[in-house]
Amino acid sequence: MNRDAKIKEGIMKWLVQISMIVTTAVLAFIVIFVVVKGLPYIKPSLFSLTYNSENVSLMPALLSTVILTALALVIAVPFGVFASIFLVEYARRGSKIVKLIRAMSETLAGIPSIVFGLFGMLFFVTFLGFGFSVLAGALTLAIMVLPIVLRASEEALLSVSDGLREGSFSLGAGKLRTIFKVVLPAAAPGIFGGVILSSGRVIGETAALIYTAGTVAQIPVSPLQSARTLSVHMYALSGESLHVGEGYATAVVLLALVAVINVASSAILKRTVRNRI
Amino acid sequence: MTVGTNNVGKQEAHARRTKIQERAMGGVFFVAALASVFAVAMICVFLLGEGIPAIGEIGVRGFLLGTDWSPSNIPPSFGIFPMIVGSVLVTLGAVILGVPIGIFSAVYLSYSCPPRLYRFLKPGVDLLAGIPSVVYGFFGMAALTPLLGSSMLSASVLLGIMILPTVITLSENALRAIPGDRYEGALALGAKHYRSVFGVVLPAARSGVIAAIILGLGRAIGETMAVIMVAGNQARMPEGLLDGVRTMTANIVLEMGYASGMHRRALIATGAVLFVFILLIDLCVPFITRGRNAGPLRKLFKPKAGNAL
Amino acid sequence: MNCFVVRDLNLHYGDNHALKDITLDMKYREITALIGPSGCGKSTFLRTLNRMNDLIEGCRIDGSIRLFDDDIYAMSDVSVLRKRVGMVFQKPNPFPMSVFDNVAFGPRTHGIRSRQELEMIVEKSLRDAAIWDEVKDRLKKPALSLSGGQQQRLCIARALAVSPEVLLLDEPTSALDPISTAKIEELLDELKAKYTVVIVTHNMQQAALISDRTAFFLLGNLVEYGETKELFSNPKDERTREYISVKVGAGNSRSSSSPDVARLVG
Repeated sequence: MNRDAKIKEGIMKWLVQISMIVTTAVLAFIVIFVVVKGLPYIKPSLFSLTYNSENVSLMPALLSTVILTALALVIAVPFGVFASIFLVEYARRGSKIVKLIRAMSETLAGIPSIVFGLFGMLFFVTFLGFGFSVLAGALTLAIMVLPIVLRASEEALLSVSDGLREGSFSLGAGKLRTIFKVVLPAAAPGIFGGVILSSGRVIGETAALIYTAGTVAQIPVSPLQSARTLSVHMYALSGESLHVGEGYATAVVLLALVAVINVASSAILKRTVRNRI
Repeated sequence: MTVGTNNVGKQEAHARRTKIQERAMGGVFFVAALASVFAVAMICVFLLGEGIPAIGEIGVRGFLLGTDWSPSNIPPSFGIFPMIVGSVLVTLGAVILGVPIGIFSAVYLSYSCPPRLYRFLKPGVDLLAGIPSVVYGFFGMAALTPLLGSSMLSASVLLGIMILPTVITLSENALRAIPGDRYEGALALGAKHYRSVFGVVLPAARSGVIAAIILGLGRAIGETMAVIMVAGNQARMPEGLLDGVRTMTANIVLEMGYASGMHRRALIATGAVLFVFILLIDLCVPFITRGRNAGPLRKLFKPKAGNAL
Repeated sequence: MNCFVVRDLNLHYGDNHALKDITLDMKYREITALIGPSGCGKSTFLRTLNRMNDLIEGCRIDGSIRLFDDDIYAMSDVSVLRKRVGMVFQKPNPFPMSVFDNVAFGPRTHGIRSRQELEMIVEKSLRDAAIWDEVKDRLKKPALSLSGGQQQRLCIARALAVSPEVLLLDEPTSALDPISTAKIEELLDELKAKYTVVIVTHNMQQAALISDRTAFFLLGNLVEYGETKELFSNPKDERTREYISVKVGAGNSRSSSSPDVARLVG
């Protein structure tokens, strides 16, 4: 081992370690920064049921987030799961239609949220006449998370052992019964993990919602009313220098939500991987 | 409802019903599977359908290469060249800052990280990926702009951070997909640890790492909220790193709220141009990586052996 | 009386000719053992008997198989065939549901809804599979909580629950320990009083011990078929003699190192 190689090895080691330290430090800095700035503003008035410029309550936004997320998932999950059933249980592997569906689903996954927002505005808000509404927002987000649900569900179905399918067929069960009674229950945790992952995406979304669900700070009582989610709420507050503190408080709530979602989905996905074999 | 096993008529009816259900549900699954194809088609129809005629009216050159964006002037002027330049420069900056750190971090995670530390670092990277854009934006406004101003540099730094998790996760997957004997083979030839990783493993994982960079690039160019909050958003050609810039995404969000008529259509056309940019970027990925696990969804799932019936 | 009558059966997976001109008769309420090295086609043959090969793409079958008077490849509804010809697999594959629901899965598939009737069937099937005493207090527990040997007997019970005429077993003991294996061998001996049994096995002792007739497969050909005693003590074909002497000579090789090869390669 000559000196030169030793120095090179040292430099590489140094670069790698510094990079990881930078990554970790950035994460820690962001989290601590937001929490330190936001925590003092988390007080009961922030959670009152109605929003006014006095209390700057995030409660309507929190509830709207829950409603919008639920609605988007209710729309996206059946499509995603059924599509994955087609890909895994029906279609011939590697056929043209499968390739097309995969390619389109990848394309969908790569489209920026503002483009979804524009599409939602043109199609749901204007063309279908939903106006700025929870429904238009949820439909837009449903398209956005469809590829995530599809892929998670596909992986979950693939991880179900073929022995189970054979067992069911050998008892005279048809394809449908095999899928709904045997395969889907076995794949449920994996699908659920994907659904949770999607909810994280919905919760963090802003650009796709401003011009579809609108920005009204209220608890929506009809799907055709406008509402703002926590992320949109934060964006709205960023423009008002008076309420930046409440903005950080909202950020703390959002971070907590995202952290919980991450932990839950990775725990569930890990379990499915272990159950494979 | 009881059905005796010997009740042949009822069993036959049951079998027939099952058969019809099978057919019907097969159709339902197929239709659901076409949803993503349909969605992409609809997005193309609506976005390009509105955008292309608008570009035609403004003039392709005037729109794409025009440097003056003054929608409320009389007559108005709709040149988005400054925004295209803004998007490209900001993205480039993000890639220059984020990609090396991301790849080196991925090397650390896959080849140098003690398992006990990995248990904390990995969820950390996932958390970084899950933080909403607006939260990044708030952070950038308070922590970056006081130092760097509302500028191209602030936006690049912030986006560089935001693409880190994409680059790290995808590169790590690519590195881990390389069989261990490559690395061990290099060690056996006398190369040291990092020399083996950088000299043998990283080149072998090249296609996956490049895909990671491209997808990070896609994320950066499509990012909206965080950029708006730190970039300054001046619709003119930037002259330096500390100049404010406006990206295509910012242009849409900032003005769509009050735009009407030709102005509104020009904003939709801006979206169409962005969409085409993303499609071009997507098209690059399969050429480099080949195979089905190439797209942006790959970051969600670790690669694993196929499962054949 | 013949249960299965197989005539000139040929099976192709794509270009692979996996079964060649198989002709044999299997007797009613006897145990027929299918033996041969991995990849010889014995599992593939077993799976033609309830048309499980239908599930595999590119699989082509000529010739005829009759189950009593019915040509099974002329049947329009495989579900009826599979109700008559049950199957147990190499690896225990209980469904991720309760013990009760596992056994009731088949009857429910065929339209039985009455709780009372289902309870009756479940108990009878579990008794027939000699596992009732072990699980009667845990019918609501997940089937996956049972031991490997219990899971396999549960799978046998599950197959019996649709009251089949024939039971096909594809190396049912190769994934089990010796004690569980002995239990299942004992069980099979009892089952032949009510069912026709066809079993694929790698284990010569097992074939010699439990079967009435044995068929020896090699490279997709049926080399020799006859009464088990006769075939083991006085094989007519040199290849049979060689295979048996090597396998038996090797002692208790209960192994089946690459069990799936037979199915995949044919």
